[in-house]
Amino acid sequence: MMENQSSNKAEILFSRQDRRKESAFQKTILLSALAVVVLFATIFLSLVLSSFPSIEAFGLSFFYSKTWDPVSKTFGSLPFLLGTLLTSFLALLICLPFSLAISVFIGEYFTKGLLSSFLKNVTELLAGIPSVIYGFWALFVLVPIVRNFETKLGVLPYGVGILTASLILSVMIVPYAASIGREVIALVPADIKEAAYALGATRREVITKVVLPYARSGITAGILLALGRALGETMAVTMVIGNSNILPHSLFSPGNTMASVIANEFTEATHRLHVSSLMEIGLLLFLVTAIINILGRYVIKKVSVEA
Amino acid sequence: MDRSRLTLRLLKDRVFKVIVIFLCFLSMVPLFLILSYIVKNGLASLNWEFFVEIPKPVGEKGGGIVNAIVGSFLLVIVASLPSIPLGIAAGVYLSEHRGGKVAYLGRLAADVLQGTPSIVIGIIAYLWIVVTMKGFSALSGGIALGIMMLPVIVRATEETLKLIPDALKEASLALGVPYYRTMLKVVLPASVSGITTGVLISIARVAGETAPLLFTAFGNAFMNWNIIKPVNALPLLIYNYATSPYPEWHRVAWGASCVLVGFVLALNLMVRIIVGRWKVQF
Amino acid sequence: MFHAQSRARTVDLLGGGATFPYPLYSKMFYVYWKATGIKVNYQPIGSGGGQRQIITRTVDFGGSDAFMSDDALAKAPAEILHIPTCLGAVVVTYHLPGRPELKFTRSLIADIFLGKITRWNDKRIGEINPDIKLPEMDILVVHRSDGSGTTFVFTDYLSKVNEEWDTRVGRGKAVNWPTGVGAKGNPGVTGLIKHLPGAIGYVELGYALLERMPVALLQNRAGRFIRPNSASTSVAANIPLPVDTRISLTDTLSPDGYPVSSFTWILAYKEQAYRKRSMEKAKELAKLLWWMTHEGQQYAESLYYAPLPDEAVRKAEELIKSISYDGKPILE
Repeated sequence: MMENQSSNKAEILFSRQDRRKESAFQKTILLSALAVVVLFATIFLSLVLSSFPSIEAFGLSFFYSKTWDPVSKTFGSLPFLLGTLLTSFLALLICLPFSLAISVFIGEYFTKGLLSSFLKNVTELLAGIPSVIYGFWALFVLVPIVRNFETKLGVLPYGVGILTASLILSVMIVPYAASIGREVIALVPADIKEAAYALGATRREVITKVVLPYARSGITAGILLALGRALGETMAVTMVIGNSNILPHSLFSPGNTMASVIANEFTEATHRLHVSSLMEIGLLLFLVTAIINILGRYVIKKVSVEA
Repeated sequence: MDRSRLTLRLLKDRVFKVIVIFLCFLSMVPLFLILSYIVKNGLASLNWEFFVEIPKPVGEKGGGIVNAIVGSFLLVIVASLPSIPLGIAAGVYLSEHRGGKVAYLGRLAADVLQGTPSIVIGIIAYLWIVVTMKGFSALSGGIALGIMMLPVIVRATEETLKLIPDALKEASLALGVPYYRTMLKVVLPASVSGITTGVLISIARVAGETAPLLFTAFGNAFMNWNIIKPVNALPLLIYNYATSPYPEWHRVAWGASCVLVGFVLALNLMVRIIVGRWKVQF
Repeated sequence: MFHAQSRARTVDLLGGGATFPYPLYSKMFYVYWKATGIKVNYQPIGSGGGQRQIITRTVDFGGSDAFMSDDALAKAPAEILHIPTCLGAVVVTYHLPGRPELKFTRSLIADIFLGKITRWNDKRIGEINPDIKLPEMDILVVHRSDGSGTTFVFTDYLSKVNEEWDTRVGRGKAVNWPTGVGAKGNPGVTGLIKHLPGAIGYVELGYALLERMPVALLQNRAGRFIRPNSASTSVAANIPLPVDTRISLTDTLSPDGYPVSSFTWILAYKEQAYRKRSMEKAKELAKLLWWMTHEGQQYAESLYYAPLPDEAVRKAEELIKSISYDGKPILE
């Protein structure tokens, strides 16, 4: 804008000092934005470089080998990929009804008022509780409950395992899955809702057949956000998942996720290949969460275009 | 219309509403369970000694968590010093450049960074700082936390600035104020509430993080104000004590959890107050 | 040797490693701080962590109950000394109603951890423990999730007494456990066993006794079932020691010795003038090590460790005296 002015005008309007400060300002903010990009790029590069020994040694077998053995120095990450997928998707499944209910409650039934702001606050507080405290509580309260349940089922009553980790994870991601959905639901245009009411639809029918389909991109974005969070969650999971490097064969088995195995073994992996394999898992985690994030952004962009 | 079908539909409508309300109610239960559990078990530990003493050796009664509180404080300071100015500056750039390669990449980078698991940030901080410095330190932990704070501040700044009407900026420019002064003296002050809430939210988020500290801050049995030395932190202490077999340590962990949750809640409250009071209305 | 308030300019020392001796070290370092003002910050990150961090020189000393292998020592940037600080026993502890004292034979204990025996009321356990009413519960194995010297000692014993274990799993600070759940550190394993009825695991003696958990009598090479305590641990160390004190005490020849005993060591560099370390710091480290192997020993027994036998102390003294700064020995 200003740059299009002729240089004469610029000389009249701004002193040389101002122009210097102006360009310094522009440079600073540009460099800051670039710094963020550079930070991201160097994180990626560092992960790739330090994974190299492991990539070289194991190649693709890293992803389908189920043996993680520090003694024989063979490292395959399948148990952790499986553990991560199981816990994250199970957690998502469990949290979905609750998150949808919250979105519908705040977005449709009680958009204003005491009840709505109360629920909003509670949901935000849920998101704010540190993960280690979730783990602490799960260790002392959830684990005995799951253990009793397992005893009744006749399964090995460890109490810790994939199921327990999924349970605490689901509590933690409810706010994330609900977050975007509730706003999008509130933004559904009144006229299409009124059209449905005019045709004689009940509230529930309007919600399930008009509002939710309309808001599905926002809801999907929220789900992706929650998934990303679940995939990378470390502390609460590592405290209740049982820390076993064997392939989990049931929901009640102990296991490990990509995040928890790094937390467990990183400080002491002495062998170069062990460290590198852990870094490769870190790289994988970084890539997967990045892809989910980008997917989520894409969905959100579609939402804002629609709205 | 068929009477019975109508009744069925009305019934479904009612049931649906009840289910939604029930599920919402259920989803709030864990929060109250957790908070009440922590308060019930931790309140007893909160005395004067708790806040001024360092931990006692294993198995001995008494002691406190002052070194963890100080450590957490140090870490947040170290994290904030680079990330706040950098984040605000980057946010300004992004808000001023809707299109363009750098802006696009910047937004992408910020979003991906925000979603990156904290354990990955932890191993990066280990690679970059602990290995280079050949030692664990509050500095490395602080930088890990700073990397996590950065994207939150960037986005909060950008979003807040986008809400400032162009009219304000243009009025200042029309009066002959140079662009950079317009931003610094007019636009940014108008967005103080939004930016501050972004900062407070990012602090609340990193204050409770444990994973990035596992390989960086390392932990310390004693008090330490030196940022190039290892330091203890509230989440680290809670993690170590909660997974131990000693009942005395469990009590300390609950007490520390009270302190940590209290701090996070206080920050949340501050955010609410700021949004309520300071927000500049247009 | 010390005066109580030497606060002129305090040096602090940083250590990390084994959780095995952590209760003893935390006591020792607290006492040492009160007496000398020197802060020794020791973090229980596991023996694996201790070895890794001393190799990368991010700590002043490491703690490990698995001595470093010849390979590992060869790869280290300089010579690392193993200074023994006390003896401990790795015990098998479990969570059963009534807290019975069980006996396990050599093959029995291996089979349990191999996952071949899965019920507490299994015939084979009953045979060895005829007076005990064993409950109808599942056996839940708990092992370490982190790199651990305690694991090394225990798997070393299992490898020596059971061929299947030796070939299938082997010995190491971290192994591919055939069954069970993992917990972090000796405290984590103890804590988890306390939470889980039917659980069985291996921890350092002090952890089990401090939490009043039952410990098993294990069968040693002479065929006797030995109760782990300070005395039987000391007896296990009654064998000639090599100069560098790197020796495994498991499956000891000593007829009354507890078969899963172990030294725990402090790992430190022989030549302390590396990476701009000050003479002062090196001196304080040597003084600390001397104190730990002499005055510090008085705290061992009350925490269920065994103090170093005389021969070990003598060897430790030689090693500490060989610590040098720029080639010159630090302590006279």
